[in-house]
Amino acid sequence: MKEIALHIMDIAQNSIRAGAGEISVTIEESPSADILTLTIADNGSGMDEETCRRAADPWFTSRTTRRVGMGLPLLQMNATLAGGTMKINSAPGKGTTVTATFGYNHYDRPPLGDVSGTIALLISANPAINIIYIHSFEGMKWSISTREIKEALGEEAVTDLAIVRSLKEIINENVREIAIFKL
Amino acid sequence: MEKLKSLADLKRVREEAQTRLDLRVKGDSPEGLVQVKVAMATCGIASGAKPIMDFFVDELDKRGIGAVVTQTGCMGYCYAEPTVEVQLPGQEPVVYGFVDRKRADEIIEKYIKNGELVDGIIPVNYEKID
Repeated sequence: MKEIALHIMDIAQNSIRAGAGEISVTIEESPSADILTLTIADNGSGMDEETCRRAADPWFTSRTTRRVGMGLPLLQMNATLAGGTMKINSAPGKGTTVTATFGYNHYDRPPLGDVSGTIALLISANPAINIIYIHSFEGMKWSISTREIKEALGEEAVTDLAIVRSLKEIINENVREIAIFKL
Repeated sequence: MEKLKSLADLKRVREEAQTRLDLRVKGDSPEGLVQVKVAMATCGIASGAKPIMDFFVDELDKRGIGAVVTQTGCMGYCYAEPTVEVQLPGQEPVVYGFVDRKRADEIIEKYIKNGELVDGIIPVNYEKID
């Protein structure tokens, strides 16, 4: 995992498997405080205390297709290497929130990568799930969600390939703009 | 082209895309969409599944093929990632392994367009576990 965008895709997959109806992805960039925070919160099945404790263990997985589970351990490793932490907050029936922090200017912080493309793919590939994306730069926020897009364009629009490609561009433009505005 | 910025812009794209789609499905059956599923678990992502998914989204749209591109989890073929499941309308799904851009291009040109099987099929009695 060389980009934060890939971690988002990966951790969101956990939420999808947990049967979430809503997944929110939040990126908060704060160069002034030297911190970048990534939060992925879902309203899926959640985990009990024991599972939650073992979730960051690569030799633990809830799957039956294979015996390892690397998603959360890799995120934890990258966060720790960049002077940050990873926390999991979860309870059965209450959903799960994964929060990772990184030193913004840390040498080993992975670049954000193609976050807009990841969000566009998540929205289009999971039309039944309300994906919410919030990006903030020094407190200046922009957000988009599956629900908003469906309300504006109709239920089926999100799986339209032309929409996916344009959505990526829209996210890019707006995120770039909030950063420019603040700089 | 001017930059896309708002949901209103997106609405315009949608309307344009629908006119194109209408032209396309006139002779075809309306449910004749190709289903492409890219495995997107840790193993897939680490092997480059995301750029492959981007490739399918971009190229299927550019080449005017009516398709839905979605993602699945790990199917247990971690050794062969990125894996892509392709289902042509009314047919059994086929799973391709070790999909790079070259193979993805072949899948579109040969399999999706002509129904001609290409290298890299994972020969299994394919059953989804979860």
